[in-house]
Amino acid sequence: MLRHIVFFVLLFKKACCAMQGPKVNAKFELKPPPYPLNALEPVMSQQTLEFHWGKHHKTYVENLKKQVVGTELDGKTLEEIIVTSYNKGDILPPFNNAAQVWNHDFFWECMKPGGGGEPSGELLELIERDFGSFEKFLAEFKAAAATQFGSGWAWLAYRASKFDAENAENPPSPDEDNKLVVIKSPNAVNPLVWGCYYPLLTIDVWEHAYYLDFQNRRPDYISVFMDKLVSWDAVSSRLEEAKALITST
Amino acid sequence: MAARALFSSKTLARVVRNDAAKPLGVGVAAAAAMHSRGLHVYTLPDLDYDYGALEPAISGEIMQLHHQKHHQTYITNYNKALEQLDAAVAKADSSTVVKLQNAIKFNGGGHINHSIFWKNLAPVREGGGEPPKGSLGWAIDTHFGSFDALIQKVNAEGAALQGSGWVWLGLDKELKRLVVETTANQDPLVTKGPNLVPLLGVDVWEHAYYLQYKNVRPDYLKNIWKVINWKYASEVYEKESS
Ligand SMILES: [Fe+2]
Ligand SMILES: [Fe+2]
Repeated sequence: MLRHIVFFVLLFKKACCAMQGPKVNAKFELKPPPYPLNALEPVMSQQTLEFHWGKHHKTYVENLKKQVVGTELDGKTLEEIIVTSYNKGDILPPFNNAAQVWNHDFFWECMKPGGGGEPSGELLELIERDFGSFEKFLAEFKAAAATQFGSGWAWLAYRASKFDAENAENPPSPDEDNKLVVIKSPNAVNPLVWGCYYPLLTIDVWEHAYYLDFQNRRPDYISVFMDKLVSWDAVSSRLEEAKALITST
Repeated sequence: MAARALFSSKTLARVVRNDAAKPLGVGVAAAAAMHSRGLHVYTLPDLDYDYGALEPAISGEIMQLHHQKHHQTYITNYNKALEQLDAAVAKADSSTVVKLQNAIKFNGGGHINHSIFWKNLAPVREGGGEPPKGSLGWAIDTHFGSFDALIQKVNAEGAALQGSGWVWLGLDKELKRLVVETTANQDPLVTKGPNLVPLLGVDVWEHAYYLQYKNVRPDYLKNIWKVINWKYASEVYEKESS
């Protein structure tokens, strides 16, 4: 009986939308990067940003809106949609678009004009504690990004034991908790789905992220990203947020 | 130059014989060591057409990078992984043997898939895009309704594939029927079933179209049919279905 009502409501919503045009869900807007599209030149070209943000990212946003409107996911946060639709690895249709919207929002904030160099303060201390040295971290992060087979992402994340979620059945390489780790993920997948990770930094290693500027030379793109683009300020402030979240739970 | 010539040579025994007087580089020495243990060294196959011959469907720049850089890298890393496998097997180092499987599947798959892909393409003046005739043409009509219906199905599945991968027209030798399948990354068609034989594989990695089609994968898929070599697919079909 309940199922029938839900079905009727869905039908009704669909009918409304057909008459009024799709409802705009204000939460899922295409957010611009926190700098102009030519600000990362010459390292990452304006043309790359025009396509990567202006086409790829935009399409993920538009497709997500269409998939969510009038469903039970309507009104949920992006993070909730990602975790729900990951469905323990047996992914449901909105997952790819939802996760890619989140990943790209996050990725743009990982870069800044004149970025690169070394982190400082507590972030640097934790990197040295958990990887041995900044150089060792760099090597591990670059290797993860270079060896992700096919499309995907490499991450620096804080792994905490306290936090847990439904999808945390098979977190990759769960050796120790409460430390910084480098992980990689295929296609649209991000560490949110495994519950116990707080992402701090990411690099997009889909070919569209670097093909116009570097063609097949993914390792060159990764090196330049670390040398000249990474915003360690953004990474540090995420570490602060992660700590605040962990201590508040 | 000598090192390059040596590398592109199939049998290193011959190379070592011919160039015995010349100093061998480290890589060549390693390759020679592989050969002495009977390991085959894979090399980049030549294309049957020029890089620019598939224009305007696929640009010469894409073809050159795709063949000389991407395919070559799969081959280089495949040879490397096989060499490491050989050493690990010799030392009965099982954990390394198992660890190498991912690299072998990815790079070996990349070599297998691209070798088929080059055969699946042909310039228009050499029959590229001409629909299949004979038994494959009939089989397509039987299984998909029409040639156009097959194209629509491949395009739809190729466009929907997340991330990097391939969309295939294959023959199921056991059930004697044609199938459209997709595989992720560089997984060859056989990973979807031991009886599947690839007739046609379409590369939907972004590197296959990005310089020309950017984010619009459906346009790449729409245009690639103009340079598909159905003669090759028909030959494989006839051989495998008889
Ligand atoms: Fe991207
Ligand atoms: Fe390819």
